Amino acid sequence: MLLLECPYCGVMADETELAPGGEAHVARRGPEASEEEFEAYLFERKNPRGVHFERWRHVMGCGKWFHAARDTVTLEVFATYPAQMQAPPEEVLAAIRSKRPGWEGWP
Amino acid sequence: MGGYSALRLLREGLRDQRGWRPAWRSPKLRKAYDIVIVGAGGHGLATAYYLARNHGITDVAVLEKGWLGGGNTGRNTTVIRSNYYYPESCALYDLSLRLYEGLSRELNYNVMFSRRGMMILHHSEHEREIAARTVNAMRLNGVDAELLDRDEVRARAPLLNFGEDARHPILGAVWQERAGTGRHDAVAWGYARAADRLGVEIVQNCEVTGFIVEGGTCKGVETSLGPVRAGRVGMAVAGHSSHLAAMAGFRLPLTSYALQAFVSEPLKPMLDCVVASPAHGVYISQSDKGGLVMGGALDRVPTYGQRGNLPVQEDVLGGLVDCFPAIARVGLLRQWAGIVDVSPDSSPILGPSPLPGLYLNCGWGTGGFKAIPAGGLLFAHILAQGAHHPISAPFDLTRFERGRLIDEGAASGIAH
Ligand SMILES: Cc1cc2nc3c(=O)[nH]c(=O)nc-3n(C[C@H](O)[C@H](O)[C@H](O)COP(=O)(O)OP(=O)(O)OC[C@H]3O[C@@H](n4cnc5c(N)ncnc54)[C@H](O)[C@@H]3O)c2cc1C
Ligand SMILES: [Zn+2]
Repeated sequence: MLLLECPYCGVMADETELAPGGEAHVARRGPEASEEEFEAYLFERKNPRGVHFERWRHVMGCGKWFHAARDTVTLEVFATYPAQMQAPPEEVLAAIRSKRPGWEGWP
Repeated sequence: MGGYSALRLLREGLRDQRGWRPAWRSPKLRKAYDIVIVGAGGHGLATAYYLARNHGITDVAVLEKGWLGGGNTGRNTTVIRSNYYYPESCALYDLSLRLYEGLSRELNYNVMFSRRGMMILHHSEHEREIAARTVNAMRLNGVDAELLDRDEVRARAPLLNFGEDARHPILGAVWQERAGTGRHDAVAWGYARAADRLGVEIVQNCEVTGFIVEGGTCKGVETSLGPVRAGRVGMAVAGHSSHLAAMAGFRLPLTSYALQAFVSEPLKPMLDCVVASPAHGVYISQSDKGGLVMGGALDRVPTYGQRGNLPVQEDVLGGLVDCFPAIARVGLLRQWAGIVDVSPDSSPILGPSPLPGLYLNCGWGTGGFKAIPAGGLLFAHILAQGAHHPISAPFDLTRFERGRLIDEGAASGIAH
C-alpha cells in the first residue's frame, strides 16, 4: 500500500483514496506541432526504471490533482508537490539526489 | 541427445534415469553473430527457433540477463485463446493458437496444451449485447465462438455464484471451445531445446547494457560479458523494453506495470475450463496438479518491482470469492508478479525500431504467452527478411504516428 501526502489538504492518504494519472510534466503540444511531436505527446512515455514523476488525484478527498516523485523499483515515495508546476521544484530534486546519489537527474 | 518418447522414458526408468543429458548447451559468448536476440523469454526463444527452422539462419545468439524463461513466460497464468475483436488481432492470435495445437509434436516436448475451453462471463443486459457483438465479430474473422445463456454456463461451471444475492448476477458467457491452457515453463524449455539442437546459442547470465551504434545503425550490443557484433539485433524483453529503448536513444509508447497471480493449495477437480469475469476483474482455471490458478487486473501505478501490491490483491481475491463462494476458505500457496509492457491500444509492437538494425517484439502486456508461437514466427520473418510478414505489418510501431491503432483494450474490453 502506497502512502502519499496530499500537498493541498496535508492528509497522508492510502493509495486507495487516490487515483493515479500517469507520467507528469508531459508538455502539451500546440497547433503548430509536427506529427512526430504530437505522437510523442500522446503516446511516448519515459517509463523509467527508477525515479518517476507522476500525477495523482485526491479523488476521495479534496478532489485536486497533484504531483509525486516515486521510485518504480522500490516504490519509495520521495515527495509530493502541487500540480501548478511545469517541472519538479528544486527541493524535490534535492530530496531525490540525497537518496539516489547516482541519479541522472531531471529531465 | 536423443528425442523424448514413451519408450525412452521406459528405458531410462529401467536404467536408474542415468541416460538423460542437459536439454541445451551452455556456450561461451562469441564476438559476433548474424543475429542477436535480447531476452530468452518465450518470444526470444521461439524467434531463434523459427530463424533456424524456417529461414536456415543458425548463427544466432539469444542473450538472457537471468535464466531462460525466468521473466513473464515463467510467471504467467497460461491462458491461450484467440477471442479478440479486430481482424488483425484474430489473424495474429489464431495463427498462434493453431501453432500451439501442433507444438508438442513440432518441438518433441510436451507443452501440455489443454484445449479445455474458456468462458468470459457477462453480468448485465448491456454486457450481453457487447458479448453478442464479440461473438459475431469472432465468427466473421473465422474464429470459433458461442454465446452461452445462464443455464449453459451453469452446466459448465456449477460452482459459480448463481445466487439471487450475487453482487454481479450471471447472465451468460462468450465461449471459445478451442481456448485452453499450457505449461508455461515447457514452452520456454521446448523452444530452447529445439533451437539449441538447430545450432542456436543461448547465453544466460548475460545482460545487455547498451547498443553498438555506427553511422546511425545498430551493429551489435554491449553486454556484461563484453561487446557482441551482429548483422541485426532483435529485442524481446517485455517489461524492460522502455529501459533498453532509452539505451538505444528512443522512447516507446509503453508503460511497465506489475501483474500479479496466485495459486491455491491443490484441490479435487472442481473446474474444467477457464473462467473470466470482466465485471469482477478476475479469471481462474485449475491446473493439472489441482491448484487454482488465479489472476486479475494490473497494479495501478508503473512499477519494475516484481512483487505486486496489496489493494489489487484484495480486489482480485475478493472478486474471486464473489464468483466462487465455495473457495472462500481455500489457502493460497503462492503469490507473485511479473512486469508487463502495456501499450496504449493493448496490442503488441512488432517490426523495425527508430534505430536502423534494431527490431522490436514488445507490447504484449498481459497477454503474450498465448502469442509466443506466432510472435516468434513473425519476428523471425522480420529479422531474416528485414521486412514485415503480412500478419505483423499492422502491428508496426508507426501505427501510433499514423493514428491507425488496433484498440483491443476498447474493442474486446479484456486486458488479457
Ligand atoms: C502474472 C501474469 C499472468 C499472465 N497471464 C497470461 C495469460 O494467462 N495468458 C497470456 O497469453 N499471457 C499472460 N501473461 C503475459 C505473458 O506472460 C507475457 O506477455 C509473455 O510471457 C511475454 O513473453 P516475452 O518472451 O516477451 O517476455 P519474458 O518472458 O518476460 O522474457 C523477457 C526476457 O528478457 C530478459 N531481459 C530483460 N532485460 C534484459 C537485458 N538488459 N539483457 C538481457 N536480457 C534481458 C528478462 O530477464 C526475460 O527473461 C501474464 C503475465 C503475468 C506477469
Ligand atoms: Zn487533498
